[in-house]
Amino acid sequence: MEYSEKVMEHFVHPHNVGKIEDADGIGEVGNAKCGDIMKMYLKIDDGIITDVKFNTYGCASAIATSSMATDLIKGKPLSEALKLTNKAVVEALDGLPAVKIHCSVLAEQAIKAAVRDYYDKNGIEYDEAQFHFNETHEHGVEE
Amino acid sequence: MKVYADNAATTKISDTALNAMMPCFKDVYGNPSSLHSVGQNAFHAVRDARAQIADILNCKSDEIYFTSGGSESDNWAIKGTAELMAKKGKKHIISTKFEHHAVLHTLKYLEKNGFEITLLDVYENGIIHIDDLKKAIREDTALVTVMFANNEIGTVQPIREIGAVCRERGVLFHTDAVQAVGHLPIDVQNDNIDMLSMSGHKFHGPKGIGALYCKNGIRLPNLIEGGAQERNRRAGTENVPAIVGMAAALKEAADNLSENTKKLCEIRDRVIDGLLKIPSSRVNGDRTARLPGNVSMCFEGVEGESLLLYLDMVGIQASSGSACTSGSLDPSHVLLSIGLPHEIAHGSLRLSFCEENTLEQADYIIEQVPPIIKRLRDMSPLWERLQKERGNA
Ligand SMILES: Cc1ncc(COP(=O)(O)O)c(C=O)c1O
Ligand SMILES: [Zn+2]
Repeated sequence: MEYSEKVMEHFVHPHNVGKIEDADGIGEVGNAKCGDIMKMYLKIDDGIITDVKFNTYGCASAIATSSMATDLIKGKPLSEALKLTNKAVVEALDGLPAVKIHCSVLAEQAIKAAVRDYYDKNGIEYDEAQFHFNETHEHGVEE
Repeated sequence: MKVYADNAATTKISDTALNAMMPCFKDVYGNPSSLHSVGQNAFHAVRDARAQIADILNCKSDEIYFTSGGSESDNWAIKGTAELMAKKGKKHIISTKFEHHAVLHTLKYLEKNGFEITLLDVYENGIIHIDDLKKAIREDTALVTVMFANNEIGTVQPIREIGAVCRERGVLFHTDAVQAVGHLPIDVQNDNIDMLSMSGHKFHGPKGIGALYCKNGIRLPNLIEGGAQERNRRAGTENVPAIVGMAAALKEAADNLSENTKKLCEIRDRVIDGLLKIPSSRVNGDRTARLPGNVSMCFEGVEGESLLLYLDMVGIQASSGSACTSGSLDPSHVLLSIGLPHEIAHGSLRLSFCEENTLEQADYIIEQVPPIIKRLRDMSPLWERLQKERGNA
């Protein structure tokens, strides 16, 4: 097994690590039993993600995908962020070893959970189907 | 500083072993089965290596069979005994929950083929209870196989006592001693061992070579069929350089055993004491009945793979039993077997030392690990949650 240079780069120097104290949306997915938890903080202004930070407990691919995913949605409209897939994140990282794909699924879920939290807090209506994912980080959901 | 601390995974070949091997590539290249002088030279090299190993384990030369490594020796001993004893209607095997996969997967295979397997508990300290073994032995028990020392948490079993119980009850006893040979004193006669697996690369010998000690009188059926090598019991042209290298490495390890043990225990205990100062840390398995070079610990709120990759960046090579390093979804079965919850087992770190490691390296580890743990905890939602639950936040 080998990680790409991109993965190692994002693992060693992850971007957007931290918390946002006055976040507009927070999403936490995964569980300790599986060995990875991802927590995403969003600052949203006029439908645009103006800032994003994350905290992740997990392996190198979990940390690298968190870092890359936050990069990919920063400054983007919510509609675009909601379209981000694991596949796109993994591709942006120049791939992950096959056995590690399951560690990457949390990034997409964490973003969705954070956006949903923002919608809920602000009474914004949304289509449930948009947030269709397994809350309890199903390891079987491989792309 | 560079610190290779993953000697339980594999060791660097020693100069002694390498120097012993070189002539076998260049001059002693014959086939030991050939009757001409070039072949005879190779034959003598293998014969001498066998005698050397037998002498160290305190058995006869013709009780040592060379194999491709620990996995093959385990497979052979277990499958062979199973086949042998099934003919007598004995189809029950006793082992432990935390054996190496070379043993556990072999047992699983046998289970699918009609054998009944009992896996003994190893408790929180990673050591079986002799009483459990006594209770588990039945009329139809074909074999007891218990590892000498565990590869992950380093705990050492009361092998002599286990062997004594087996002798008394008339059951064959095999031990996977891959992590013990060259690191602990072993005397197959005194320790009541019928079969023992060993592997060259765990004590500064070459990889892909091992041996099975099988007490005379046990007619194990063959695992590898073919030529008449190994007294008709294990076919295949001998890997002469590797056999010679393994014997040389073992001789060196045996000659320096007490000196190495003293040094390793000092390094091990210093590292454990140093790392235990990290909050929410623990040692896995018994602190004293443990391999001299094994440190196995868990740090809450961090994930093992991240920890070991960050350690690699500061020159320290270690290993972990987290799910993400095991390539499966669960943390290692060894850590679960001693009762650790998943979330703690994910944060495991194994440092395994050899006599080339130094106290300066131990200090370097003690200096490098805490800031990495802190960095990972600072970004860990699990750690944040644990702190909140404990009222520390
Ligand atoms: C306890 C134990 N048994 C068996 C093996 C397998 O040995 P080998 O790699 O020589 O097949 C190992 C090596 O990892 C081990 O640690
Ligand atoms: Zn992972």
